Amino acid sequence: MDIVYAIWLRNIKRYLRSKSRIVGSLGMPIFFLLVVGLGLNSVVSLPGMEQGYIGFIIPGIISMSVLFTSVFSGIQIIWDKQFGFLKETLVAPVSRLEIMLGQTFGGATTSVIQGLIILVISLFIGLEINSIAGFLIAFVFMLLIGLSFTAFGIAIASKMDDMHGFQLIMNFVIFPIFGLSGALFPITSLPPWVKFIAMLDPLTYGVEGIRYGLLGTSQINPIFSFIVLTGFTVFMVGIGAYLFRKINA
Amino acid sequence: MIAIQIENLTKTFNKLIAVDNISLSINSGEVFGLLGPNGAGKTTTIAMLSTTLKPTSGHASVNGFDILKNEDDVRKSIGIVFQDQSLDEELTAYENMDFHGRLYRVPKKVRQTKIIELLKLVELDLKKDLLVKTFSGGMRRRLEIARGLLHEPKILFLDEPTLGLDPQTRNSLWEYIQKLNTEKGITIILTTHYMDEADRLCGRVAIIDKGKIVALDTPEKLKEEIGGEVITIKSPERDRLYSKLNELPWVNRAEHHDDSVTINLENAEKHVVDIVNLASSNGIAIGSISVHKPTLEDVFLHFTGKTMREEEFSTKDKMRMIHKMMGR
Repeated sequence: MDIVYAIWLRNIKRYLRSKSRIVGSLGMPIFFLLVVGLGLNSVVSLPGMEQGYIGFIIPGIISMSVLFTSVFSGIQIIWDKQFGFLKETLVAPVSRLEIMLGQTFGGATTSVIQGLIILVISLFIGLEINSIAGFLIAFVFMLLIGLSFTAFGIAIASKMDDMHGFQLIMNFVIFPIFGLSGALFPITSLPPWVKFIAMLDPLTYGVEGIRYGLLGTSQINPIFSFIVLTGFTVFMVGIGAYLFRKINA
Repeated sequence: MIAIQIENLTKTFNKLIAVDNISLSINSGEVFGLLGPNGAGKTTTIAMLSTTLKPTSGHASVNGFDILKNEDDVRKSIGIVFQDQSLDEELTAYENMDFHGRLYRVPKKVRQTKIIELLKLVELDLKKDLLVKTFSGGMRRRLEIARGLLHEPKILFLDEPTLGLDPQTRNSLWEYIQKLNTEKGITIILTTHYMDEADRLCGRVAIIDKGKIVALDTPEKLKEEIGGEVITIKSPERDRLYSKLNELPWVNRAEHHDDSVTINLENAEKHVVDIVNLASSNGIAIGSISVHKPTLEDVFLHFTGKTMREEEFSTKDKMRMIHKMMGR
């Protein structure tokens, strides 16, 4: 556990020190929140949604923030590879699993912090948190998104030699995961085949879980969402750990 | 006591033999040099001894632990400074040390005092709270050496410790390395392609060429083996000069490399005039002539028939291949 903590601590220190990264990665979610949320708020009305469209997408934007930060945190291992630091950890008398878990917890922590910042900003544009329990439910789902997608990032980083493929991953994997997740529109209103794809997207269950926690309503049973997302997290951490075991510095 | 025992160690990458059946034993307390051009297999050897790379065949033990069976014990016994930098630039010097201490499970109290003590040793204690990205190359190297010592290893590996450093920094690094060996009794294995570095620091050196050990002894004995002195003649008409020189009765061993010819003989000064006369009577231009005691460079030349530079040139493509494969 000491080793996991040591690697977690390094991640947190680096995160807190990179002010530009913190601010920079808030840009896109805030843009979505204000431009899409406020822009469409008056023209889009969703049945049974008293918070309006902006209220509807807040959980989606929080998920987005957690998603992007966590994938990025995982992929950062490529930088450690390029700057040589990975060798220092790989030659130490510690298991690869400990290193991988430390990195995963570190990435999950930073991404949940990013998500919470969006949540706090949302309070100023109309979000109301009615119960502690609801907040905690949202928090747990944020944490699961953070853990699973940091592990996802680590899995990708273990297979990549440099950052050249990063754009490819962002455009063809991460954006579709975000776009299909029901973060910006209710999945029940989708054509059946698109809805089918959305139901395969693990982030859908994260968004729905956070939505249930913060707004009290969701289109997927929150217990079902929790089970699916937990399963996905365990699966992703397993894959990440397996691929990281074979990484070469 | 034996610090490192290597038996028939071999590493091949696909069809390329990087380390070719090396056997070697290093006593504790030695400063041992692995000397050879880039791509000779030095780094690959160290990677196998530090258990980050599995040998294709053969055995080795480090501090009495088998590199295949007791990986963790081997790792605890060694400190390592890699050829390429391996610090976290976004952390301070102290934090880099602290991270290392935690990774090697050094207890908190010991860690705190030891870090300060080691930073003092490499004269970085006043800069301990500065981010590493503000450090110069020499400071980074010193920090890496201090870091490698934090868990009190019995054996310290230094892979090209002074590569890319200015002469002054190299000199002071050499002093640190010597101090570590004499004061702390740490066994040091260093790889280098600087002959003067090996000569100055190492008790014994193994000269490695194309993955094989071609010579192994103290620098003095290796140089004695060549004996006498070495005359180096630079000339634009190297080949003609070489064939003419070979006709002289007192030349028993002339060699040609790059743009020069070397002759190894006793009382070399007396023959300089003969060489000049020979050249001028044949109309061969001479760039320069120098006479010197044999260096490890001449030893390398003697055993491999090539200068380090020639050897490096021919192994460059090989290196690239290894890099590609290791990067995978």
